[in-house]
Amino acid sequence: MLDILLDAVTALFAPATAAFALAAIGLNFHFGLTGLLNMGHAGFMLLGMYGYAISTQNGLPIYVALVIGVLAAAAFGLLLGWPTLKLRGDYLAIATISAAELIRYLGRSNSLQALTGGSTGIRGSDFKFTFEELSPLPDENITILFWTNHGTKSSSWWLHIVAWVIVLLFALLFWQLARSPWGRVLKGIREDEDAVRSLGKNVYAYKMQALVLGGVIGALGGILWALGNSVQPDSMGRPTTFWLWTLLLLGGAATVFGPILGSMIFWSALVIVKGLSSAFIPTSVLSPVELEPFSLVLVGVTLMCLVVFRPQGILGNKRELAFND
Amino acid sequence: MTDPFADVPHEPGAPKPDPIVIADHVHRHFGGLTAVDVEHFEVQRNQITALIGPNGAGKSTFFNLLTGFDKPQTGEWQFNGHSLVGTSPAKIARAGKVRTFQLTKALNRMTVIENMRLGAADQRGEKFFQALVPGLWKQREKDITEKADVLLKRFKLYEKKDDYAGSLSGGQRKLLEMARALMSDPEMIMLDEPMAGVNPALTESLLEHVVELRDEGKTVLFVEHDMHMVRRIADWVVVMAEGKIIAEGPANTVMANKAVQDAYLGAHHDTDLSEDAS
Repeated sequence: MLDILLDAVTALFAPATAAFALAAIGLNFHFGLTGLLNMGHAGFMLLGMYGYAISTQNGLPIYVALVIGVLAAAAFGLLLGWPTLKLRGDYLAIATISAAELIRYLGRSNSLQALTGGSTGIRGSDFKFTFEELSPLPDENITILFWTNHGTKSSSWWLHIVAWVIVLLFALLFWQLARSPWGRVLKGIREDEDAVRSLGKNVYAYKMQALVLGGVIGALGGILWALGNSVQPDSMGRPTTFWLWTLLLLGGAATVFGPILGSMIFWSALVIVKGLSSAFIPTSVLSPVELEPFSLVLVGVTLMCLVVFRPQGILGNKRELAFND
Repeated sequence: MTDPFADVPHEPGAPKPDPIVIADHVHRHFGGLTAVDVEHFEVQRNQITALIGPNGAGKSTFFNLLTGFDKPQTGEWQFNGHSLVGTSPAKIARAGKVRTFQLTKALNRMTVIENMRLGAADQRGEKFFQALVPGLWKQREKDITEKADVLLKRFKLYEKKDDYAGSLSGGQRKLLEMARALMSDPEMIMLDEPMAGVNPALTESLLEHVVELRDEGKTVLFVEHDMHMVRRIADWVVVMAEGKIIAEGPANTVMANKAVQDAYLGAHHDTDLSEDAS
């Protein structure tokens, strides 16, 4: 029992949790502020990962690799937004979900094997070294209370610190932008874009800015995730996008800490559900292989309950969401 | 004050002494259906002009065309001497011609004061990079808020300042939409059915607000079904039917016009159609 609890606390602060929180902050710019239905956020993440990892493999310094990852996501956003943002919201959803799948299929295709590593992807050791070289922490295992992590390698204390500092910086950025006049225009667009047009604002340009900014933040989330794992196209499929939506709605869309809280709860709940079901459900009923899908089914049920009983999420403002006409 | 319409003939497309809007040959059809086919149309500056007509006459479509929310197949129209052909709705609004909507578009999940602030022009903080530096827009924000407070007091919404717009009544939302449109100091304001869905208790104050706008020097053009409102406040009435302008004139003369009565009631409204009459 104590093990499960300990694992859950580990998941609360894991770099992967931070990576999803960051990507969800990007999605919060899309959906929470602007009302854009981006159903392909994993595609932005994957592009960022590829941009970063491939650049590093080819000997570019870390800052250049970061810029390339970010530019890839920005170009993707511009390309997707250009034809769809003049249309009704549903078209963006359709375009993003298929474009994200397109990126994943391109990445895992044999013809791009030399560049992307095909379906096996790019091994962590091929692109993590520039980040690990920057670590000021000692090159050994460090134990703090119950937790032992390496100082610099892979899911290291170094990555923990960097990931959460970045998440907090972007939460700060969201807070600052959401309360600025710029954020006010986006909220207006979320409510009714024709009204905002009639007040003299260039709605198309604002939607494009939000799409690109959120996509770039998603790409940075992808890079953080890759630094703790590897670049693997199938880990950034549709389920990833839906998990991001789940944890954003769970925490509370349009709030500053919603994506962070949502990601923490989502990942630790997954650990607890997995731990409890492996402890209490005999293997004759549920084999270990089926545990993972089973916990995800429970997550799906949770999301449905959430949308029915608390549509504003944990931190969301009930009053703000009460008007839906 | 001399009547600016004294020398204006009571006929469709009549030229005005000081027009702020001029439209020529505006034609809009949806498939085979002609919605708007206006040969010539002028709106006199600093007056209240009403655009009336039976259902399906093309009033709202014409309204959308004039504000850039819809594009005609042919035609040209100008505002203050500048052509507006192909201009986006946002640019038209920035040029000083702001509209409201038939189905009120209050931004429900924003507070009343945020709705008002959104209406203001020249806020540098609406640019992405400048939004990051509050020092660049804090002062302007203060000025905007002061201006919004004055307008909210005038429209009796000041007490609702921090409420969500979605919690207002239909009439209050109409008032909010009008007040919000005034935030950018437009020269001309176009109201699409300002009376639709408004509680009778509020109609009187709404009428007064529209008259006040003219007295401040603004031009008002409104679409309305409510003839009471048209009679009470319109300086000039333009009647549309089947996409065309069929009559113009002051409210009392235009209502007596044969073509207008035919358009509203049908050309044979006084013919007995019962069988034993023949």
